[in-house]
Amino acid sequence: MNQQTPIDIERSERTDKLQGMGCKRKRVEDIRFTQGKGNYVDDIKLPGMLFGDFVRSPHAHARIISIDTTRAKALPGVIAVLTAADLKPLGLHYMPTLAGDVQAVLAEEKVLFQNQEVAFVIAEDRYIAADAIELVDVVYDALPCIVDPYKSMSPDAPILREDIKDKMVGAHGPRKHPNHIFEWQIGDQKATDEVFSKADVTIKEMFVDHRTHPSPLETCQCIASMDKIKGELTLWGTFQAPHVIRTVVSLISGLPEHKIHVIAPDIGGGFGNKVGAYSGYVCSVVGSIVLGKPVKWVEDRMENLSTTSFARDYHMTTELAATNEGKILAMRVHVLADHGAFDACADPSKWPAGFMNICTGSYDIPVAHLSVDGVYTNKASGGVAYRCSFRVTEAVFAIERAVEVLAHKLGMDSAELRMKNFIKPEQFPYRAALGWEYDSGDYPTAMKKAMEAINYKQLRQEQAEKREAFRRGETREIMGIGISFFTEIVGAGPSKNCDILGVAMFDSAEIRIHPTGSIIARMGTKSQGQGHETTYAQIIATELGIPADDIMIEEGNTDTAPYGLGTYGSRSTPVAGAAIAVAARKIKAKAQMIAAHMLEVHEDDLEWDVDRFRVKGLPEKFKTMKEIAWSAYNSPPPNLEAGLEAVNYYEPPNMTYPFGAYFCVMDIDVDTGVAKTRRFYALDDCGTRINPMIIEGQVHGGLTEAFACAMGQEIRYDEMGNVMGASFMDFFLPTAVETPKWETDYTVTPSPHHPIGAKGVGESPHVGGVPCFSNAVNDAYAFLGAGNVQMPHHPWRLWELGESLGLYK
Amino acid sequence: MIPGKFEYYRPGSLNEAVALLSKLGEDARPLAGGHSLIPLMKTRLATPEHLIDLSGIAGLKAIEHEGNALKIGAMASQFELIHSDLIARHIPIIPETSLLIADPQIRYKGTIGGNVANGDPGNDMPALMQCLDATYDVIGPGGARSISARSFYNGAYDTALKSGEIVTSIRIPIPPNGHGYAYEKLKRKIGDYATAAAAVVITMSNGYCQTASIGLTNLSETPLWAEEAGKHLVGSTLDSASVSLAVAAAESIVDPASDMRGPAEYRRKMAGVMLRRAIERAKSRAKA
Amino acid sequence: MPKKQISLTVNGRLVEGLVEPRTLLIHFIREQLNLTGAHIGCDTGHCGACTVEMDNMSVKSCMTFALQADGSNITTIEGVANPDGTLSALQEGFRMMHGLQCGYCTPGMIMRAHRLLQENPNPTETEIRYGIAGNLCRCTGYVNIVKAIQYAAAKINGTAFPEAAE
Repeated sequence: MNQQTPIDIERSERTDKLQGMGCKRKRVEDIRFTQGKGNYVDDIKLPGMLFGDFVRSPHAHARIISIDTTRAKALPGVIAVLTAADLKPLGLHYMPTLAGDVQAVLAEEKVLFQNQEVAFVIAEDRYIAADAIELVDVVYDALPCIVDPYKSMSPDAPILREDIKDKMVGAHGPRKHPNHIFEWQIGDQKATDEVFSKADVTIKEMFVDHRTHPSPLETCQCIASMDKIKGELTLWGTFQAPHVIRTVVSLISGLPEHKIHVIAPDIGGGFGNKVGAYSGYVCSVVGSIVLGKPVKWVEDRMENLSTTSFARDYHMTTELAATNEGKILAMRVHVLADHGAFDACADPSKWPAGFMNICTGSYDIPVAHLSVDGVYTNKASGGVAYRCSFRVTEAVFAIERAVEVLAHKLGMDSAELRMKNFIKPEQFPYRAALGWEYDSGDYPTAMKKAMEAINYKQLRQEQAEKREAFRRGETREIMGIGISFFTEIVGAGPSKNCDILGVAMFDSAEIRIHPTGSIIARMGTKSQGQGHETTYAQIIATELGIPADDIMIEEGNTDTAPYGLGTYGSRSTPVAGAAIAVAARKIKAKAQMIAAHMLEVHEDDLEWDVDRFRVKGLPEKFKTMKEIAWSAYNSPPPNLEAGLEAVNYYEPPNMTYPFGAYFCVMDIDVDTGVAKTRRFYALDDCGTRINPMIIEGQVHGGLTEAFACAMGQEIRYDEMGNVMGASFMDFFLPTAVETPKWETDYTVTPSPHHPIGAKGVGESPHVGGVPCFSNAVNDAYAFLGAGNVQMPHHPWRLWELGESLGLYK
Repeated sequence: MIPGKFEYYRPGSLNEAVALLSKLGEDARPLAGGHSLIPLMKTRLATPEHLIDLSGIAGLKAIEHEGNALKIGAMASQFELIHSDLIARHIPIIPETSLLIADPQIRYKGTIGGNVANGDPGNDMPALMQCLDATYDVIGPGGARSISARSFYNGAYDTALKSGEIVTSIRIPIPPNGHGYAYEKLKRKIGDYATAAAAVVITMSNGYCQTASIGLTNLSETPLWAEEAGKHLVGSTLDSASVSLAVAAAESIVDPASDMRGPAEYRRKMAGVMLRRAIERAKSRAKA
Repeated sequence: MPKKQISLTVNGRLVEGLVEPRTLLIHFIREQLNLTGAHIGCDTGHCGACTVEMDNMSVKSCMTFALQADGSNITTIEGVANPDGTLSALQEGFRMMHGLQCGYCTPGMIMRAHRLLQENPNPTETEIRYGIAGNLCRCTGYVNIVKAIQYAAAKINGTAFPEAAE
């Protein structure tokens, strides 16, 4: 038994005082949020501020014959009405997208999706603006529309993008059809096809990851304020990547970056919805520049759901080839990607299909091929990375569903099939067939731990008994066990493969210690609820021995924060977290030199102990970081400048690969199609755990969104292109009553290339959760002869499935 | 998100309210809790030019025992219905239904009058009132009259109310002691309207069903009182065959809309499932 | 239509304002009273981010006209901290149990929980979940919100809440 010495106890007290990495530090943000003192965009009021609102198209596809703004302009309190005609001379009626396409800011000759922006009214207040938008008279000539991506490339399909119809080559290569965007391929097609042609067993299934929307509780909004005298623009907004927005605004407005101040204040949730630029931002900027007054734009919920960037809409034909014994030999995937009217996909520029090529998942699949065709339809443009890195939800959905289909065909338990095919611990770092090098993982340990925790064997037994009872007519409830073992790819990313509009995807941290020993630190990321003000301070506290409560963290002000690529794709911890560690270590190195000077010893005679440098062998001779800080300003050593600070722009050498094992137990009432999640157990491995309380919160939130997506959350269109589900009446956001209770657990497999071994976790639960729920539903119906059960699993859809299976005779 | 412009009045008496509504005609709407009307006004699907706020009129919230009935003031909120000892004791299917309406906040403001009078096919109270054979007391320019719930609804948002009329109270005969009851509502989540819902009130004697009344919610443009379905239960032991006949009868009269809750055929079948479950629960509660 | 005068008590103070009939209570509170804790999250009255306490009821202020609040007694999130400025039991509970992330639903959620605990000082987990079903959260998945409310109930009642020790 370890006896704690007085020194251990004392050291442990000093460690506790720091509230550094590993502890459940309570959040700094909560002090203001629980008192209603957050500072969100719509809370900000400026003198003389005007309010903007959009006139939107009722049609999915139509020519604009005329726009008459007379009546609107005549309404008292209306200051201006912008149309494409006003933006065109400025070259702003279109803006570049992150995917190499262009997107209409205000529709010029035609509209391409229902609710597309046609005019921007600017008025003295939001009530007048709401009246004015009804007074803009637009005459349309409706055109036939395309809502089925499978019809986009038919020979007689109407041409949607007349603005680029003569462009045979898009941003990502040749276009096969005017409604085609790109074809992207990766992997060894020949070798893959050969394995398939000779394999014992193959499966092929089309999985649809349906269109949905991130729907943060706060919609997108901004305030643009042009100071015409100074020639400076200040732009507050819901920006997950404020520096990128500044660069984009500079490019499209012609104002130099040093005269543009972009500020992302508190943001009410992002989930990827707030990464890109929207018409509202551009029109507000233009309005403010022209009028010299601040212009605020706040979209309402219907606008948010039906016009800002959607997520998913991937139709994935997925194939696996295997031996009779269940060894997977190859994977082949073709995706039809529906991007809506403009390809506004928020991906690093070389990746038009994001990181879909992580689709070989957690399995050692030697050969694979992936191809993706992107097409235009008359729907809102996108897609965005909705809590999924870039298309990782889609990739993991494909492989985790495919593994189930294969297991079923082989008559094998799917947990066993997964175990059989896992990448083994000794294979890491592992180069996957489609290109990525996974940093670290111990899949079998995680899987075994999870299976024991939920008593998997006993669940399968219970399921077998329940199936018999169902067959005997004793119960009308069926039980499903869903499994998902995912590997995520996050932390974009190394500059050799990742850039946003040409800017490499490093991230940054600037740390400065004040003379009296407290710290201010700024990063290039931007929290929308992830708790950076709390967790970043914990990293610094551990690295530098200054209590977290004495460390102020700032993000979101582009004047003061070093350039960063923002927060999405779970990249803050892997990239900015690394920058923080590296910057802190530069400071620590200088501090060591100062301490050596103060103690009159050589640097090599010093060792670090929690919050101080002490002389090796003479522990009573030490200098705390606080004392060193004072000295840095008071009497720095000769040949060293005063001050104690550092900046780091961190170029990640690789992505990070968090993983997890999720299990779901579901009971389905076949007569109504209503599924109840009895239990959900999530084991996550995100490497080093900075704040376990916050990690658990992220898992709860991501699982809830996964539950919603799998079980009913979708944006649909009817054949006329009318958007359905664009309000909270129909868009499924579960309340506390429908949401299951989440159980969380973990293993720790640090990332070998990350300075603190941390991988990031924000999106894992969403990525791993969606297929887990869908697998539970599929597993429930499998014994009744159901084939692939497509999500979302609305009760009515499960009921129709029951009908087709003859369950209601 | 922002309603259109309107004029607002807050009369202090029923007579004043009626006079305003008659004078202002089609462009005027009464405002009770507002939690049905205001959302419609915010999306500008409803654009009344005049709103007559009824909350200033005293005496419209009382819940009283009147003869063999309960008389509930039209402005009584769902919250007040849930917390009324009188109602819980005599007509427990009412609080059971109220608890399934919307969410806690809306239940503080949503009124029984608003829920029964606006003709929204999604509301839960109308079918329940038909099941309970309630009567609505109405006051208007032509004086006072009473309309049975079973004859009140003509179509979606189309009721027997004439221009200028307001529902002032709802009178509900108290079901016999020992009656069985249940309101079974299938919905996607808390706050949603019914995919299908059934209200059942029965009395039993020596194992045989003496009376049965069935109301169906959101399965047609109007609430439905399933008279034929009820008849199939009377005189039976609520055995499987009789229940199946009742279910078939109910399924034959519903005409649900296809919407994001499901296609019409699903909703029709769910009407049957809800009815079946409501009958079973009512049976378990019935004494003798 | 000329504006109308309203007079009401907000967080214990008498306030007056001039509003159009159509001015929503949420806008009156946020824009005229500059109390920006209550938020707008949807158009259809589903999300509850605008919840305030009005005359001892939890009310969605986005579905109420300011005129309807004339003469009423309103408490917003800005009015629930203790008189000495320390966090109320609920505010503390939300912080201690990590019942919030982006903070946008939080004022509405706390105001709803505030009324819930007034009416039911010792709610079960199920009662809490049903009790807050008019408030949507996109970040937390509700588990910690339930714990936050349980923490507050225990603190108010003077009983122990074991999970608080972590």
